[in-house]
Amino acid sequence: MWPNKFEYARAGSVDEALAMISDDGKFLAGGHSLLPVMKLRLDAPAHLVDINRIESLSGISANGDLTIGATTTHAEIAGSAAVQSMCAALASACGQVGDQAVRNFGTIGGNIAHADPASDPPTVLVACGATVNIQGAAGARSVGAEDFFVDLFETALDDGELITSVSLPNCSDCQCAYVKFPHPASRYAIVGVAVCLKMDGDTCTQADVAVGGATVKAVKCAGAEAALAGSALDDAALEAAAAAVKADIADWLAGDIAYPESYRQQMAGVFLKRAVRAAS
Amino acid sequence: MQVSITVNGVERQADVDPRTLLVHFLRETLDLTGTKIGCDTSQCGACTVHLDGKVLKSCTLLAVQADGCEVGTIEGLAAGGEHHPMQSAFWENHGLQCGYCTPGMIMASAAFVRDNPGASEAEIRHYLEGNICRCTGYHNIVKAVKQVADAAAAP
Repeated sequence: MWPNKFEYARAGSVDEALAMISDDGKFLAGGHSLLPVMKLRLDAPAHLVDINRIESLSGISANGDLTIGATTTHAEIAGSAAVQSMCAALASACGQVGDQAVRNFGTIGGNIAHADPASDPPTVLVACGATVNIQGAAGARSVGAEDFFVDLFETALDDGELITSVSLPNCSDCQCAYVKFPHPASRYAIVGVAVCLKMDGDTCTQADVAVGGATVKAVKCAGAEAALAGSALDDAALEAAAAAVKADIADWLAGDIAYPESYRQQMAGVFLKRAVRAAS
Repeated sequence: MQVSITVNGVERQADVDPRTLLVHFLRETLDLTGTKIGCDTSQCGACTVHLDGKVLKSCTLLAVQADGCEVGTIEGLAAGGEHHPMQSAFWENHGLQCGYCTPGMIMASAAFVRDNPGASEAEIRHYLEGNICRCTGYHNIVKAVKQVADAAAAP
């Protein structure tokens, strides 16, 4: 399959990329979300600005917080000792994207700009309170992951804006996990649940929960969080959280003929319990 | 647009339409038809090649993105006319039936064993999730990869 015709240019810096882009163009990083979309003619940008060789956009730094450059690949994140120690759930989620060949070239920035609801990293970013750092012609801004994902394949990015990095608070004193129910053929998440728990002995002092796959975007789940916080994560608390999460995602449900909304909603409760058990 | 890509150790230059996928560049511009097009949607792995040593589905990268890079295809795997150990293992274990997925399977497996000598059967099966075979049921493919993985880990 050939995409529509387009002009191609490679940018050497963020400033150069921002100067090159116009309203009918797209930034190209690893291309592992954008090119399939273009090959299926779901999109046909008139020009692509390749940002994949801009050095400042790549790499992982762990100075207090964790900052991951936009063109860092899923394989680099999954294999990073810093990410494994500071946000194990993100390393796990990035290690479950596609297959090894896809993870070698697909990037975290491209992944979240695409905002596929069944993809794994967005769910963890929302649960763990990540910040998306964005650069545009008008300057830089940062958006919380929860606000960044607006709807199905829709983000808070404006035309011409570029994701430069994603930041996460140091989660090494939390217990976090990402657990998904993969589609048997595509391995995309039918349901994916990320949890980040702060514990004081056996008591959970704070819980952050997000659900993807079952929903049109990664959704933060305040009801489930309230059910877990203050509990000993016993069976009763887990049942209450499983019931609450179904209400948390009720307005955002996604479904198809094989896995309808009601089924995914039910499974979100099941996988929430598994995620809490995996984390604690 | 002018590109210069080193394929199997030889620098190849061509003027390509920017929308040319790497797999089309290999098959149609360079006539290296060992790399196959299967699903064309980054799922089946028939088009797997190496880009700067990493496995890549060549239907999901533009040739212009590979400008200045090194690409390895199935045609370049047999150094000096000798089969790569993975090719020999597929031969010895009959790790194929129709053969369509075989170039991608071998390229993916060769990179995997290079990075993971001594890999277990479970690790091999998990790794090969990105390469689909509709004939064999995978049994002999896994056997072939395991043989090379075991040999690579032997003292």
